[in-house]
Order: sequence, then structure tokens, then C-alpha cells
Amino acid sequence: MSNTMNRRDFIKIASIGAGGVAFATPLFDFSKGEILAPDVIPGMYAKRTPTYCEICFWKCAGWVHTNDKGNIWKVTGHEDDPHSNGRLCPRGTGGVGMYNDEDRLKTPLIRTGERGNQTFREASWDEAFTYIADGLKKIAAEHGPECVALFSHGSGGHYFGDLIKAYGSSNIAAPSYAQCRGPREVGFIATYGEGVESPERVDIRDTRCLVLIGSHFGENMHNGPVQEIAQATEKGATIITVDPRFSTVASKSKFWLPIKPATDMALLLAWIHVLIYEDLYDKEYIEKYAFGFEELKAHVAQMTPEWAYGITTIKPEVIRQTAREMANASPRVIVHPGRHVTWYGDDTQRLRTVAMLNALLGSWGRRGGYYYPEQVDFKSYPHPPFPTPKRTWKDAYPGKFKLAGLALASGICDATVPTTERDCSFKGWIVNGTNLIHTLPNQANTLKAIQALELMVVIDTMPMEITGYADVILPECTYLERYDDIRVSKHREPTIALRMPAAKPKWNTKPAWWMAKGIADKMDLGHYFPWKNIEEKLEWELKQVGTSLEEMQRIGVKKYKRQFDDLYPMQNLEDFEFNTNTGKIELFSTAMEDEGYDPLPNYTAHEEPPDGYYRLIYGRAPMHTFSRTANNPNLTDLMDENSVWVNPKIAKEWGLKNDQYLWLENQDGIVSKTPIKVRVTERIRFDSVYMVHGFGHTNNKLSRAYGKGASDADLITRVHVDPVMGGTGMRGNFVTFRFKAGEEVSS
Amino acid sequence: MRYAMAVDTLKCVGCTDCVVACQTENDVPMGHCRDWIVEKTTGTYPQLQLEIRSERCNHCANAPCVRTCPTEASHYAAGGIVLVEESECIGCKACITSCPYDARFIHPEGYVDKCTFCVQRVEKGQKPACVSVCPTHAMIFGDLDDPNSSISKAMATRKWKSLIPEAGTDPKVFYLI
Amino acid sequence: MIEEIITSGRMNPEIDPVLHVWGWEIPFYLFLGGLSAGILIFSAYFTLRNRQDELPIAVKWMPIAVPFLIGIGLISLLLDLSHVLYAWQLFTNIRWESPMSWGAWTLMLITPLSIIWVATWMEDIFPNWDWKFEEAKTAVNWLKSQRRLLAQVLILLSIILGMYTGILLSAFNARPFWNTSILGPLFLTSGLSASAALISFFSRTEVEKRLFTRIDIILIGIELFMIIHLFMGHLAGTQVHIQAAKMFLGGAYTVSFWVFVVGLGLILPVILEILELKHKFIPAIVPVVLIVAGNLMLRFIVVNAGQASRWLY
Repeated sequence: MSNTMNRRDFIKIASIGAGGVAFATPLFDFSKGEILAPDVIPGMYAKRTPTYCEICFWKCAGWVHTNDKGNIWKVTGHEDDPHSNGRLCPRGTGGVGMYNDEDRLKTPLIRTGERGNQTFREASWDEAFTYIADGLKKIAAEHGPECVALFSHGSGGHYFGDLIKAYGSSNIAAPSYAQCRGPREVGFIATYGEGVESPERVDIRDTRCLVLIGSHFGENMHNGPVQEIAQATEKGATIITVDPRFSTVASKSKFWLPIKPATDMALLLAWIHVLIYEDLYDKEYIEKYAFGFEELKAHVAQMTPEWAYGITTIKPEVIRQTAREMANASPRVIVHPGRHVTWYGDDTQRLRTVAMLNALLGSWGRRGGYYYPEQVDFKSYPHPPFPTPKRTWKDAYPGKFKLAGLALASGICDATVPTTERDCSFKGWIVNGTNLIHTLPNQANTLKAIQALELMVVIDTMPMEITGYADVILPECTYLERYDDIRVSKHREPTIALRMPAAKPKWNTKPAWWMAKGIADKMDLGHYFPWKNIEEKLEWELKQVGTSLEEMQRIGVKKYKRQFDDLYPMQNLEDFEFNTNTGKIELFSTAMEDEGYDPLPNYTAHEEPPDGYYRLIYGRAPMHTFSRTANNPNLTDLMDENSVWVNPKIAKEWGLKNDQYLWLENQDGIVSKTPIKVRVTERIRFDSVYMVHGFGHTNNKLSRAYGKGASDADLITRVHVDPVMGGTGMRGNFVTFRFKAGEEVSS
Repeated sequence: MRYAMAVDTLKCVGCTDCVVACQTENDVPMGHCRDWIVEKTTGTYPQLQLEIRSERCNHCANAPCVRTCPTEASHYAAGGIVLVEESECIGCKACITSCPYDARFIHPEGYVDKCTFCVQRVEKGQKPACVSVCPTHAMIFGDLDDPNSSISKAMATRKWKSLIPEAGTDPKVFYLI
Repeated sequence: MIEEIITSGRMNPEIDPVLHVWGWEIPFYLFLGGLSAGILIFSAYFTLRNRQDELPIAVKWMPIAVPFLIGIGLISLLLDLSHVLYAWQLFTNIRWESPMSWGAWTLMLITPLSIIWVATWMEDIFPNWDWKFEEAKTAVNWLKSQRRLLAQVLILLSIILGMYTGILLSAFNARPFWNTSILGPLFLTSGLSASAALISFFSRTEVEKRLFTRIDIILIGIELFMIIHLFMGHLAGTQVHIQAAKMFLGGAYTVSFWVFVVGLGLILPVILEILELKHKFIPAIVPVVLIVAGNLMLRFIVVNAGQASRWLY
């Protein structure tokens, strides 16, 4: 039990973690016959250096082991890291493949032909920087610096962010917001006054009941939650999975609800109905913390399980039974908000409903529910204040997406296509580590935007579809070859982690900080990067949190004690003021009402697949991160192409056989650029097909990934935009089977 | 001492981390693998079951590969680990055809290769690489002769099976079900 | 529906998706081994029966081929070895449980013996043969005096060699199709049949020709009987054996086996041979080619199908 010491009590505890770091030594627990040695074999490697993984956003800390020849040998998890708990996922373990990939970008390139024609010449760094600096200066002079945007995924993006802020633009977008988790943050902020954040603040480890709405943990290898789900199930936790596909985690669930796609909202509302009308909700909790309960009660009066049955095809008794299961576990229950939630365009409202369900179950701020994470108060190396931009991306969307908390990658993309309605469209893109061609829906639109640009700079380690369109390509070295910012984690316990080079950068590749600083120097913005090199910057920053670069190089991860003992601040119904208009958990959202959106969520029917078409559901495979790992030699060895999952009934109807190649064509007549292999399996519903995202690369510089499998991004041409925050709903596309290739689209 | 491995099929999510870890740890050449994941789905939508298994050489106590080897390349090492001595292997592939699990393959250098239970790690008191990385802690490695080892305890308290015991191989990789 | 798939992309060369580590080398080697064994058995047997002058082709001439056949067989075996520089390891170990080891040692003994055997007949075959060296002459003369003993040892080793070509496969219980003890006798019989057909083809006298045609007819009869037994045994076995037999009873190997091996390689030539005995004119080359080809094909199909048959789990 936590004896709560509230953050708001302002009782400062001076605790810059003296105790947190202990270097694990090999030992053997004879009582259990367990080997507890850390992953160290004397004589098998020359040294190990700390890193944190860059293969996905989870950023697990680990060790890079170098063999006696000085070559990078393997990467393992860091024992003290709360993200990995000493164990990396397959992608992290296969991270060496990113370093070894001989298809990597090797030297700066400047385009010589048409955009997209892949004709480049090799350039020196100085030449490339001059080209970029001149381009940026020209845009600033002619249109204003606000017409330049940064799209970023990954650690190095911060430096380019500083670069464009120094330059005078604040348009920094990550596709991870509008194409992924944005609606979740907005839905939870509207309810609790704060978001779920990353890593998600869910206390799966101690939960008794975990409800997953389409989340496919295990197939998406979010390391922390996957580990914690295994721990929780071992302790007897129930899993309830809602998914039209029999996912891995569905197979581990006590209840699998094979829902009709696009009807989740009805199920969630029916659950709320059962919790309220069967008196199962946490009354004390609701009474103390919630605002708008009576309105909600009235709102869901008619939303019975019987009503939901007709929509979702989930039997009323199953809806009731699962609701009771959650109530029995309350408050140690998590209705998980998921991560990629941009599905149908009403996603913010759906995630609001998820947030409300958690409130009714009393799980927010409670053990086994949602905890309050903490991070170290980390100061960045001081620099002069950035200029204030005159415009932001939001000016392109007057009166729209009012609750968007971060810039919309898709919004900036749309605002790049010139129209008569806007006086200035975006003229320059800097794209760091994100393959927008595969990431943003509606490729035709993305390409139109790209063709309208005056300058596009792409920073990546690999040639990707997006690099083919760049004016300048800057080859970044991989995470195993560079320093980056300190990873400052928000978790149950605050930690920081260091990434340092384990080997010299291969070829003529460079880290992001070096590039951003170099470009800044060319543009007379060097004073915004007032350090000599990154070591000097890190040294200063680490000193502020009571450590040093030397110590971090040795220990990799440093744990700090929480400053406040408020991991579960509502555990015993302590007083708490939420950061909402009413200071309460808003079941009835005043913020939504103020902005003209539904204050209580409603079910809206979504379009269904026409005859002979199937809903396109896409997801992840545990060994790949989107499209960026598709050429990694270690990971392609495990999976080098995706397949389209087809229910046997549908396969029979179409005469489809396992491993047969075909093309998919969507409702708008768009045909996948590459063929895809059929997998006939019972694991998918008859009205849907499923494929893993990230395949179907069309850049022939990717020797392993080129032409392997198909890309769902090709087929997502219809986007249901969330009116609340601009998320791009991508699950409203339908495909049918085609036995010959589509016509070549002339570019 | 009898080394054995147990894979908890209830915990295994088939992430393939064991496969990658084996590859990097043991420098297994690309395009080859010493361990792999099998997913078995039974039933008809929506009444379905899925079993996920991380498979490898079963280090059989009655190993057909050791029996059919015309040299002494395939042999039992300490603790019953079945190994191939590269410098005695002639590459006749009799062991490959004799293995009902298809666990062996020809290393590009010509000799026959397979899972070694990471004997180089085990000798130093470490778990095999696959076990040491498994994110869900789905794998247990230890000594069956020690009643206190976690594997002995798991085998005593959980339902388990092994693969094709009817082939008479007496496999030492078990699946907790 | 049961769907059991490897999801980690395992694609070990020659193992996945279906085992195919043994290509042409092994079946070809098994064929030559069986043929050599057959030739030596007939030669040695009729020597013991003192019919060497009546049956010169079988006893004296055909064995000349054996060292060459075995030589070619050994070359193809070596071609199959993927770690061939270590092949000498075969002869630093005696592994009683390993048919490979048995085969290696049997060949080790039978190869020099077959050369010696041929040597003892050289003067009979080529009247002008001269051993050039006195020592050689003395040695050969001594060996000639030991011919009966030699013949007995040869028969024993040849039976082992002939059987071994099948037992090599049947020792693998991992491959249910091979896992039947009838494979040894079947391959021995088939090796004898091919050599009988060849002897009959090359023979110059009616006596020898008719004798070996008759022997061949009987051997083919036994072979057909064994093939039927092979499938009866499998079908009466476990699920995996039934599954293995089904590859031949409606599965992928049905046509190639029943049409080419049984139809064209056994039944058609046996009919032709019977007609031949009845003095119908049959071009002598036809049955022998059919039999030898069927013989070769039998080994190819058995080696391939065995690798494709597996335990189900």
C-alpha cells in the first residue's frame, strides 16, 4: 500500500539517486538452481558499451558487446532499465543488422534528376550543407521560415528540431501523433487532464484484468508491456481481447471477443451501461473524483448489451460477463488505451470512452491500473531563446482540429499542396528517419505535396522510398555508432540512459547532432548550438543530474528515486485535483463541449465493405518495426515478406490457395504496387483481411526488401480525419483480390 | 547432470527473439537457424486455439543423430548435450535425415551444425542465449537431476509434453502446456 | 482446420521446406553398390558351383566392371559429402550402430577383394595376359588356389553391401517411408535383378542367357512381392507410415512409381523376358534397359520420397 505523499504537498525529498546503481555481478542461486549471472562471458568479448535501442520508439537500454576483433557482436538488454528489464525484443537483439546492412546510405547525395527518379550525385558534407543552407535561406526570404516543417521519428530529430526553431519555424511533426497515438492523448487529456504518454503509464505488472481493444501485444513487441503481461498472467490475471482477428494475445485471453470491425464504440458504451446499471462501478471513486456521472448514466440508458449485440455481433451475455469480470478485478483493471488508434475518424471519442470505462472501474491512479510516472528534472544545455514564429501549421486549418496537442504530420503534408485558399503553403521539408511514403495515408496526396516543395532534405540511415524524392540526402550513422541525447524516461522510477558509439561510423556517415550543428553554422545560427561537440553537451547536462559522462559510460543506466511518493495517488481516495476545467475526472467533457464536440461519446455506424470487398486490417509483426527494419539482414532472415490473411471460407469462394501471389485492389481502384502471398487461416474474420505493415518496398536500393510483400499504405487512400484533433483514421479501406498487376502509374 | 529446457507455451508469444539471439550469439550464418518458432492453430473461427512453440534440437537422450553418425562427430557431451565436432564431421548428412525434428543443417563451411544449448555459456554458468533474452521469460533451462532446479519444479507442477516422443528419441526439450 | 507453420522464416538450405539433403549422388551410389553386389554374388556363387566355364560372362567377365562401378559409386559418394576433406574420419571410427560406417568399412574390404577376384580370372579371360613380374604371378597363383574361400567371403560381403544400400535408409526412423526393414532385401533383390539382366544381355551362349533370364524373372517376382509388402506394412503401421504410403497411393509419387518403376521397370520387362523364353523375338536390349532404368529410378524415388516423408507434429 502506498502511504501517499502528494506532489502537491511540496515536501521536497532530496534524493539524487545515490543508491540506484549497482553493478550486477555473476552469481548462482543454488537454492533454485538458477543462474543469475548478467550477460557477461569473460574472454568472449573485448568490451561492452551502453546504448539505448533505436529500432523502435520504446528505446530500451542495452549493452553493445564487441568481440576481440573489435567488431560489434551482439546487443543485449540492460538489467537496470525499466523499459527492457535486461531483455531486448527481437528487433533490439537484431539491431546489429542495422549496422551491418551493406545497403546503408554511405555518403551525402544531391539530386541531379527529377524528384523520385533516384538520380543523385555524391557530395561532400560541406557541399550538402551549403545546398541546404542556401535553400532554407531562400525560403525564409521569399515565404518566411514558417513555411519549413520537420517530420521526425527517432532520437536525432531533436537536433533538427532545434535547427528549425533557431531558423524560425515551430512546425515539428511526428507521424506518431496524427497517424498513431494522438487521439488517445486527446481523449485522456479531455477526461483526466493528462495523457497516457509513452511508455504508457499502465500498471500491467500488478493488474488483475487487462482489456485490450484491438491491441496485439506480442505481435507488436512493445517490450515493457509484453513482459508485464506475461508476469500478470502468471499471477492469474484475466485478459479480455477484443479483435476481429485471433491475435497472439487473443489466444492467451480468457475472453476473446471476435467483434465485427468498426463497432468497438458500441461495445465500450454497452460495457459502461452494464457497469452503471448493474451497479458494478466504483461508487466511492466516482463520487469523489468524477464530474458528469448522472449525464453519462442518462446518456447510456438505452445502450444495452442487447443493443450492442446487433451492432458488434458480441452476445449480450458475453458483454455482461466481461463487464462483471472487469468489475470483479476493480480497481486493478486496465482497459488499455492501445497505441495506434487512428482507425475510423471518431477515435478521440472512442478513446474518451476507454478513459471513462477506466474511471468507472476506479483504475486511474491506482495500483494495477494507471500509475503516475515520474522523470528526472533534466536540463538541456542552455542556448539563446529561439525566435517566435509568426505562423504555425494550425493557421492552415482555421477552426479545425482544435484539440490537437501536437503538429499533425498529415496536416502539414496537406498544407503543402498549394491551393488558392491559403496564402502560403509549406515550401521546405526536413524529414528525419521517417518514411513518409509508407507512413502517411493517401500516397498520391503525399507525392503531390512533395512535388510542390522547393527543398526537401532527408536524413536516414537507409535508402527508403522517401529518400528517392529528396533534394539532399544526409546519411546518418546508426545508433550503434553515435552519441545521442540522454534518454530521460518517465516511468515508475525515473531513469536516464546513455547511448554512446560502440564502433566508428561506417563509410561517410555522421550523427544528427553533427549535421544539425554543421547546417546551423552555415546559416549563422551556430550560437544556438553553443557546445563544441556532443560530449561537452552531455557532460554538462549529466553534471546537472549528479552524474558524469564517465560514470554513464560505465553504468549505462542510472536510476533515481522518485521525488514524490505518488505512484498511485488515488489508491486510498486521497484528495486530488485533476488538470481539467472542473478539477475532476470529466465523464462529461466540458472542454469538448466548449469546442463544439460531443461532450459524451456516441456510437456512429461506419461504412461496411461492399460485396466482394474485405476490410483491410493491418498490424505488426514482432520482428519488424514498420517499414524501417524491412532490409535488416537479421530481421529479414526471420520474415522477408508479409502475407494477406484470408479466412478459409473466403479463400474457398475465391479459390485461393496458401502461398499463392495476388494483388489487392481497394475501393478506389488502387492496386497494390507489388503482389502479396495468401495465407489461408482461421485466425481472421470472414469480412476482413489482415496484413503486416511495412513491406512492399519499391526502392530497389534495398536489396533484401525490394519488391517483397505488399504495402498496406498503397491501399489506404480513404482517410477518415478525426475532427477533434486531426488524426487520420485508416481502417475504413476495403480491398478485393486481383490476379494480375495493376497498370503502371506514370510518375 | 541432465540439462534440459522447458518452453512455456502459455507465455511464449512467438516473438522470435530466441532465434535472433541465437544467431548473433553463435554467429549462425544468415539464412540458417538453429532454433525457430512454430505456431499451430486449431479449430474454426471463432472457436480457436493457438499453440506457440520455440523449437530447436531436442538434445535427445536416445539421439538418432548420434547413432547414425559414421564418425564420432555427433556425440553426447557433459549433461547430455548433443554436439557436433566440426573436425570429425564428414558431411554425410546421415544425422540430418535421422533427425525427426529437422533440427540440423549444413553450415556453409560444410560441417553439420545445430543448437548446442550454448554450451560455451552453460559451461560458464550462463543460460543459453535464447533463454537469457526471452522477453516473457517463457524458457527455463537447468538440470533435471537437481530436484530444486526451476526446470524440475516446473516439470513437477505443470502439465507438459515433448515433441514426437513416439519416435523413441527421449527428447530433453519440453513444452509446458 | 489445423494450421501448423514455422513463423520465424526458417529456410535452412536443403532442409526446408522439405528435406532434400540427398540429391542424385546417394541414389546413384546405392544403385551402383547394389549392381556391384549382384554381379559379385552371381560370380562367386557360380564359382562355388563350379560352373565358371559354362557361365563365363557371369563368372569371369562381369566382375571386371565391379571395381569401376564401385569407383564411380565412391566418387559420387564423395561428391555428396559436404565436408569431404574430413572423409578420412570414416576410417578412424567403427560405429556399429551407423549404417554409414558399415557401408564405409564394407566398401573398404570389398573394393580390394573385387580387384583380387578379377585378377584371378585375368588369364582365363585374356589367354595372352602376362603379369610381367614373377612375384605377381606367384601371388595370383596362390590366390587362385584360395578362390573358394575368396568366393565365400565375397558372397558374405556382397550380401552385406546389397542389403546395406537399403538398410542405410531404413535405419532412419525419422523418415517413416524408409523406416521398414524390407528395404534391405528389396534393394538386394533389385541389385541382383539388374545384374542378372545385364549378364543375360551380354551372354554369348543360350544356356547362360536362358538361365539368367529365368533367374531375373524370379527375382522380379520377389521384388514385386516385396513392394506389395512394403505398402502393406506401411498401411498397417502408424499414422506417419500411412501418410508416407499415401505419397505413393494417390500422392505426389503415384505416377512416377507405379508407371515407371513398377510398370515399365518391372512388369513390362518381366513379360518381355517370359516371351523371350518362349522364343518370341524381343530385341535383347529392351528388357535390360527397362530393368536397369527402373532399378535406378526405384532408388531415386525411394531416396526422394523418404526425405519428403516426416513425422507429424
